[in-house]
Amino acid sequence: MKVAVVGAGPAGVRAVERLVAAGLSPVWIDEASDGGGRIYQRPPPGLARDARSLYGFEAKRATALHDTLDALKPRCDWRPDTLVWHIRPGARQLQTLCGGRQDAVTYDAAILCTGAMDRVIPLPGWTRPGVTTMGAAQIALKTQGCAIGHRVVFLGTGPLLWLVAYQYAKAGADVAGVLDTTPFITKARATPGLLLGGATFAKGLYYIAWLRRRGIRIAEGVTPLAIEGGDDGVTAVTWRDAAGRDHRIDCDAVGMGWGLKPEAQLADLAAVPFRHDALQANWVPVRDGAGRTPVAGIYLAGDGAGIGGAEVAEMTGARAALAVLEDAGHRLDPIETVALDRRLASQARFRAALERAFPFPAHLARAMADDTLLCRCEGLRAGELRAAARAEAATGPAPEMNRAKAFTRVGMGRCQGRVCGAAAAEILAAELNCTVPQIGRLRGQPPVKPIPISAEAAP
Amino acid sequence: MTTTCDVLIQGGGGAGCSAALHLAQRGMRVILLERGLVGGQASGVNYGGVRQQGRNPAELPIARRSREIWGRLGVLVGTDAEFTVTGHLKLARSEAEEAELIAYLDVAKQHDLPLRMVGRNAIHRDYPWLGPLVVAGSFAPEDGAANPRLLSPALAHAARAAGADIREHAEVVAHAHDGARFTLRTKAGESFAAPVLLNVAGFWGGAVAAAFGEAVPIEPLSPNMAVTEPLPYFIEPNLGVVGGNVYLRQIPRGNVILGGGHGEADASIPWSRPLPEVTMEAAQLATQLVPALAGVQIIRSWSGIDGRMPDRIPVIGPSRTTAGLFHAFGFSGHGFQLGPGIGAIMAELIVDGRTDIPLDPFRIDRF
Amino acid sequence: MKLVRLRDAARPRITLRLDGVPIEAQRGDTLLTALLAADAGYLRDSEFGDGPRAGFCLMGACQDCWVVVEGRGRLRACATLAEDGMEIRRG
Repeated sequence: MKVAVVGAGPAGVRAVERLVAAGLSPVWIDEASDGGGRIYQRPPPGLARDARSLYGFEAKRATALHDTLDALKPRCDWRPDTLVWHIRPGARQLQTLCGGRQDAVTYDAAILCTGAMDRVIPLPGWTRPGVTTMGAAQIALKTQGCAIGHRVVFLGTGPLLWLVAYQYAKAGADVAGVLDTTPFITKARATPGLLLGGATFAKGLYYIAWLRRRGIRIAEGVTPLAIEGGDDGVTAVTWRDAAGRDHRIDCDAVGMGWGLKPEAQLADLAAVPFRHDALQANWVPVRDGAGRTPVAGIYLAGDGAGIGGAEVAEMTGARAALAVLEDAGHRLDPIETVALDRRLASQARFRAALERAFPFPAHLARAMADDTLLCRCEGLRAGELRAAARAEAATGPAPEMNRAKAFTRVGMGRCQGRVCGAAAAEILAAELNCTVPQIGRLRGQPPVKPIPISAEAAP
Repeated sequence: MTTTCDVLIQGGGGAGCSAALHLAQRGMRVILLERGLVGGQASGVNYGGVRQQGRNPAELPIARRSREIWGRLGVLVGTDAEFTVTGHLKLARSEAEEAELIAYLDVAKQHDLPLRMVGRNAIHRDYPWLGPLVVAGSFAPEDGAANPRLLSPALAHAARAAGADIREHAEVVAHAHDGARFTLRTKAGESFAAPVLLNVAGFWGGAVAAAFGEAVPIEPLSPNMAVTEPLPYFIEPNLGVVGGNVYLRQIPRGNVILGGGHGEADASIPWSRPLPEVTMEAAQLATQLVPALAGVQIIRSWSGIDGRMPDRIPVIGPSRTTAGLFHAFGFSGHGFQLGPGIGAIMAELIVDGRTDIPLDPFRIDRF
Repeated sequence: MKLVRLRDAARPRITLRLDGVPIEAQRGDTLLTALLAADAGYLRDSEFGDGPRAGFCLMGACQDCWVVVEGRGRLRACATLAEDGMEIRRG
């Protein structure tokens, strides 16, 4: 049986581990030059830093994953630096691009572990040099030893907000402020559920307490107003507090993010149906508890199948591999699958509490000013999207997301709506006076990411 | 309960929406039934060429009529659908192809279509970005391109304003004719009846015709399309080649839209996808025409479903089996430019019982 | 935008050129790091006149850090390692 695993983050590593243990040698593809995913991304050769300083509390987990990764590479058809840009579920074929060379990989089963990216809400000034996602700020520090600026403000919500601020301050960066759009009370209400997270929750509290102790400016329940500056960069962030007072913090960089969203483009191209997960406020591909999808031969694991975090990704990776083996007639140890399923169920309860503690602030997207740049690829402003939803538009109103894309080019650019899609959906839904599930989701189109025209065909 | 009207239209592509508009303007009570959203298939996801040159001579009277409507689209529907008169430059890559271009000059002349040859020296002088493979071209200055995503919705919106009832998500699942009127039933269980039925259902128009005892040899056709990232604007004319294995145009925003070959499709879902190797081959052919495109990134690709007839020209005209039934389908991959004109012509056929446009070559019983 | 080197700042030096201007960088830098830790300030201009861009996600998703590397074509600065002697143009 030929199995392909796309992605070598926590989910991909644990999936391949199970497949190899069962005697298979999967094709294993990652877009990066090394595995680890974004969370455990290793610095390039030459940057010699110990795991503790790179991954903090997660050092042990990261080291274990890297050790497994390195041990597995020679036992697979390991293909780093390789983009899977299209999938043909009928022909069971992945279309890959590596160093300008096109190739096709056929599979009997494919486990897609394509990860996640930051979910962002555009605000005035967000495209200025000096503004990055929260994940970007973390990657700069982790893999390049760099801060995104001299004085950095972190803006958004979610566990990553506090973690990255902590990592920056710990590394000696000047953290000028941590602005959480979630009010304290929302988080406090979710505490009982968060206790299910045990150590994860404790670590979160530790970061917040640590930042407070250092006297770092922290505000909760904020409404972001703008990122000020010019073409050469950022000069300040302005925001409004819960009492309606306006504030400003001088800074030269901003890291922003409101939780994560699945990078599920490949599942989309594989024709896996999607459902809207109200709690996560994300569209997620449909799969069963073991990662099986309604599309023959397609299995999903990790954050690309719905946000669960790195620990859950390792479990879902293993679980999807077991499902592949089971479906191919391998006999599994029932005790192992039951134990894994039980742990996954417990983690799901913690994740639900986490989502309640840091809800996606849809109201911020819906309130976006008309002249705010919404789609950074196509240079589209929020007001242009709203206009397309109105009856007086010459094309008539766009009743759903893909029609809005057709009329306005929102999500038609290089990133295909990865960055602006979540906020665009809220804006359109608000304008049409309906819900995000009602207006549907931006459909992905091949290629998953841009591919050069000069690419040669494989011999 | 059955909703009645004067004319039922099945299919919300460019032709159907234009027919709804023109019929409504003539005072007819019109109901248009569209399975998905208007312009969802061939009319909405095609290349966007508004091209007359190179067409089968039989199509040229329709194309000329349609071009006149394109020119006043802004007045007619409130948007020009980004129609830009860039000219269409059809390129020859060999002497044999050049001879074909020269031969077509006479056809154009007979139909008053402005067209001129651009010879071997002039072609590289006037269009210095063309590759050495190109030996000559013929230039149609009145041709151009438009945004296919806007045309059908804009026509439908104008038709609604003129009184037409445009129903989206209304898939027709049953047809009946009792000798006097047609009754169509939708998937949702609604019933519609009228003495006249206009079949403009694209590939699925074949099934409608078959339901009235006049099956035709129609096949699904899925043009393979792609678009690049935005580049500085330098390719002004819409480009095609003799043989048609690649075509490309650049919009003033900078993106280059290119097509060639066919994707895969399942018309029963309906579902269509571009094929990776077809996309890459079209892209390579494009770089032979315009070498500066090498290294440029493709950011999206797509396909849709059209109907192709064996002789590559559509079925247009009255039914031979059923009075009151009219067809216009099977545009074989080049119906976008014709759509607005088809609507006007079908409205004449239905309301006046005649049209000046010769439709004999398109009759349904020609196969 | 100016990236600030906090750690691992004592790696072997390499030299690149951005639009002809020499840029001092370090082995192990991505192109994005190399350019923005020096004084490049930004990586590309938006095609639609809404200002300069300097990347956003650093994980190859946002597609906002494309630059041109002589001999290698268009590349994402965040996902490409800087090499000594690279000639770069803003995307």
